Amino acid sequence: MFVSSIKNNETQIIRDMSSISAFIPYGELGLKNYFDVFKQMPFGRFMFNSVFIVGSTVLTGLILNSMIAYALARLRFRGRGFILSFIIALIIIPTEAVVIPLLLMVNRIGWLDSYQVQIVPFIVDAFSIFLFYQFFVGLPKSLDEAAKIDGASPFQVYWKIIVPLSKPVFATVATLQFLFRWGDFLWPLMVTRGYEYRPLPVAIQQFFSQDPKVWGDIFAFASMVTIPSLIIFLLFQKWFIHSVASSGIKG
Amino acid sequence: MNRPSLEKRETFAAWSFCALPLSFLLLFLVTPFIIAFVISFTDQRLITNPNLPTQFIAFRNFLRLFNSPSFHQALLNTFIFAVFVVPLQTFLALVLAVLVNQKLRFINLFRTIYFSPVVTTMVVVSIIWYFFYNPGEGLINHMISFISFGKLGPYSWLKDTTLALPSIMILSIWQGVGFQMVIYLAGLQGIPNELYEAGRVDGANTWQQFWQITIPQLRNTTIFVIISTTILAFKLFTQVWVMTMGGPQGATKTIILLLYEEGFKMLRVGYASAIGVLFFLIVLAVSLIQRIYLKEERAVT
Repeated sequence: MFVSSIKNNETQIIRDMSSISAFIPYGELGLKNYFDVFKQMPFGRFMFNSVFIVGSTVLTGLILNSMIAYALARLRFRGRGFILSFIIALIIIPTEAVVIPLLLMVNRIGWLDSYQVQIVPFIVDAFSIFLFYQFFVGLPKSLDEAAKIDGASPFQVYWKIIVPLSKPVFATVATLQFLFRWGDFLWPLMVTRGYEYRPLPVAIQQFFSQDPKVWGDIFAFASMVTIPSLIIFLLFQKWFIHSVASSGIKG
Repeated sequence: MNRPSLEKRETFAAWSFCALPLSFLLLFLVTPFIIAFVISFTDQRLITNPNLPTQFIAFRNFLRLFNSPSFHQALLNTFIFAVFVVPLQTFLALVLAVLVNQKLRFINLFRTIYFSPVVTTMVVVSIIWYFFYNPGEGLINHMISFISFGKLGPYSWLKDTTLALPSIMILSIWQGVGFQMVIYLAGLQGIPNELYEAGRVDGANTWQQFWQITIPQLRNTTIFVIISTTILAFKLFTQVWVMTMGGPQGATKTIILLLYEEGFKMLRVGYASAIGVLFFLIVLAVSLIQRIYLKEERAVT
């Protein structure tokens, strides 16, 4: 894909398609295809949309999901057991099963074609809460007790003691959520109409489905969609691997 | 500071921590879930016509679904997809994990290579494979004809009713296997070394060690991998949407694709919700059956 994206000559790409030379950069090389993509559509806008949507969803989610998990794991109150069972039961509901009524709801409040329609419904995630909960339960109880005796409020305990000790689980949930949200397709396909709020996966699919297919441009587009997540992956590789691994470890 | 006030304070704090996330869950997950059940018994449409009020039609949506050939096709395709993809992907993930778990040079490089498809967006993966599958000229046809000395092919992978679904299975496994491999890796690294040492003392060869020690120890990991891969397989949509749009002749139509078409293109919201409800019940039933058959052994710690 990366190799084809820098071949300026479209007929050569088609010719190389059937052989190993598809993987070898030769012939007339350059960034022409990339300029074509920028010329044909507001690529920068799509990139911003995706980064903004995924970024806000993941960051807000880290705060809200970890707060409720902290309450469930470290505080004693009536109704705790019920809420916990309730959230674990919600993990099984796939978004796909509720996507049509959700569409009706956001349509009713006029949210179609907006940022919030792609962010707000996915901030709180039952599975993320569960991962946080498991980690928090494993932290030693003496930490809270000591802070409580010093007169710290529950929020101070959460912010000053629990959060700093929980970097691994925060990184885990962040990378997993990034992975899932970055590839979201069904929902944005339903709720975005114009270019304005369209994220990358939908944008590239729309571009790809136009005939005739200009493969050089398609590969340039695909490369630009892939490079950011590949860079993030290579930088945080340890966390990616760790996060996937820990999602499989169940209590 | 007396005791009850402290407890009260803690309860108040706990509920204030829970309030916002809980209301989000109730609003965006529980409410649509309930609505899905309710409107699946009506003939609700996306854009309501004032002259045709929405009516309660009991089980008519479900009856229509059970008698609809396109639903049968979607159900069958999705099940076939899951039946092939889940065992293959689980097995491959285990094999790769065992291979990558060796202490060799460049092993981290291999790990990265196997995992990189996972971070590549499914839409992009589908586009690249579409290029590989190109009829006649594509790389895959070329490789097959090279191996078979021109005896086989060329196939038009995505245009052939028998080959289209298997083609999508192959790229789905390719994309997803790295994820499960990493889960297995974590499982492998959690097996205590003493077990293998004891096995060696008892004279078990590598093969016996694998069957007698590794496989039973990975039981819980395998259960998790199977259940999560199954749920993912049932959600099949993106690859099909990009590559075939459900064609040729509905050979790659899936449950979610049908739900999208009915609800979003035909605007039959009640009918589409009935598909959603059935989809949920299928996922729930499959998970429960798997849970019963694959009883987890609680680790004794």
